[in-house]
Amino acid sequence: MRWSWIPDHAGELAMTTLEHTAIAAVAVLCGLLLALPLGVLAVRFPLLKGAVLGISGVLFTIPSLALFILLLPLTGLSYETAVLGLTVYTLVVLVRNTVEGLASVPPHVREAARAMGYGGTRTLLTVELPLALPVIMAGVRVATVMTISLVSVAGFIGHGALGQLFIDGFQRDFAVPVIAGVVLTLLLALVADLALVGVQHALTPWTRRGR
Amino acid sequence: MGQLIADVARWFADGTRWSGPEGIVQRLLEHLQYSLLSTVVAVLIALPIGLLIGHTGKGAFLAINLASFGRALPTVGVVILVFLVSGLNLWPVYVALVVLAIPVIVTNTYAGMAAVDHDVRDAARGTGLNGWQVLFQVELPLAVPLILNGVRLAVVQVVATATIAAYISFGGFGRYVFDGFAQNDLAQVFGGAVLIAVLAITLDLALSGLQRALTPRGLALQRRRSTR
Repeated sequence: MRWSWIPDHAGELAMTTLEHTAIAAVAVLCGLLLALPLGVLAVRFPLLKGAVLGISGVLFTIPSLALFILLLPLTGLSYETAVLGLTVYTLVVLVRNTVEGLASVPPHVREAARAMGYGGTRTLLTVELPLALPVIMAGVRVATVMTISLVSVAGFIGHGALGQLFIDGFQRDFAVPVIAGVVLTLLLALVADLALVGVQHALTPWTRRGR
Repeated sequence: MGQLIADVARWFADGTRWSGPEGIVQRLLEHLQYSLLSTVVAVLIALPIGLLIGHTGKGAFLAINLASFGRALPTVGVVILVFLVSGLNLWPVYVALVVLAIPVIVTNTYAGMAAVDHDVRDAARGTGLNGWQVLFQVELPLAVPLILNGVRLAVVQVVATATIAAYISFGGFGRYVFDGFAQNDLAQVFGGAVLIAVLAITLDLALSGLQRALTPRGLALQRRRSTR
């Protein structure tokens, strides 16, 4: 094993890790922007709930590689294809957790808000969503870790960031880049997860009061 | 889009596509072999771990965090790494799929055990059951619905991911995805994706039937009452 490959390519590895972070972050953010309204609609209109959860569940069964390839006629071998495909996979977790989070808000809290004269939108934004936040954030954490690991599949269409190292190592019959890619992916997932715990901590100060 | 759907329909309608050593039936058997064997091995590893930490309450923090860490392992990397070490055989596929399935089964088994009511556990102890009897006669049956939830999630992921076997020249439905990609034949990729999705959904439905059959009657009644 030629371990010196790693220090020799340190700069490149750092850039690739940043690229990996960017792809995953954009995909999860897009997923969240889609999942929040879908989740809210699903809770408001029970008829939609089955459809939304069912469709996102079926999309989840499509192999990620096939999804990337099938997006090629629309967006080509581009960065957008990778992000779009990954966004689809975040939906199943994010929508389900948004629905569960909103459903876990106790009815009496909602009624109290109504009694204080809060309208529907204001109740949603200032009462229901904040109370649903811990469950939604749990979904964001799962989706983020999953996406960071899935980015590598986009390597087959040329946008795998750290996943590109796997294909490179495979083609050259050289394990060091593969090991570097796996380790960096795991580290990135760990750091991202810790960061999200921090974000959740900062966003939900009331969960700690009185302890 | 309409053209693609017509091509896919034609792809499926071709009678020669279904039989023979490269036919859909053969590919189905290969895909089932990779997925089911991996899931069974994963259950054999993950279930005892989940039951143990759930029963003793020890090591839960470590196991759950390791499991979420395991979820971050990129499957493509694992397959290629094992391939570079072990050479051209099915080990890379099985190792990667087992590793993929373990975390979700461990976390769900533990969640199922943790959700067992303390009063129920105390009552079982009080009637004189020992630790093993509490585990197998009380906790395990009550945790079965959540355990099978974990197995269902694992199966869906394993079936979708078994596609990767084709990358290192083996079979399964992934053949259509990789060959279609290489030949720029989107209908073939689409056909492969549909076959994989249908297989995943079918296995998921079968397991959800098993889940309903294995849910203890008391638990099912209780749940029905609480949702009313």
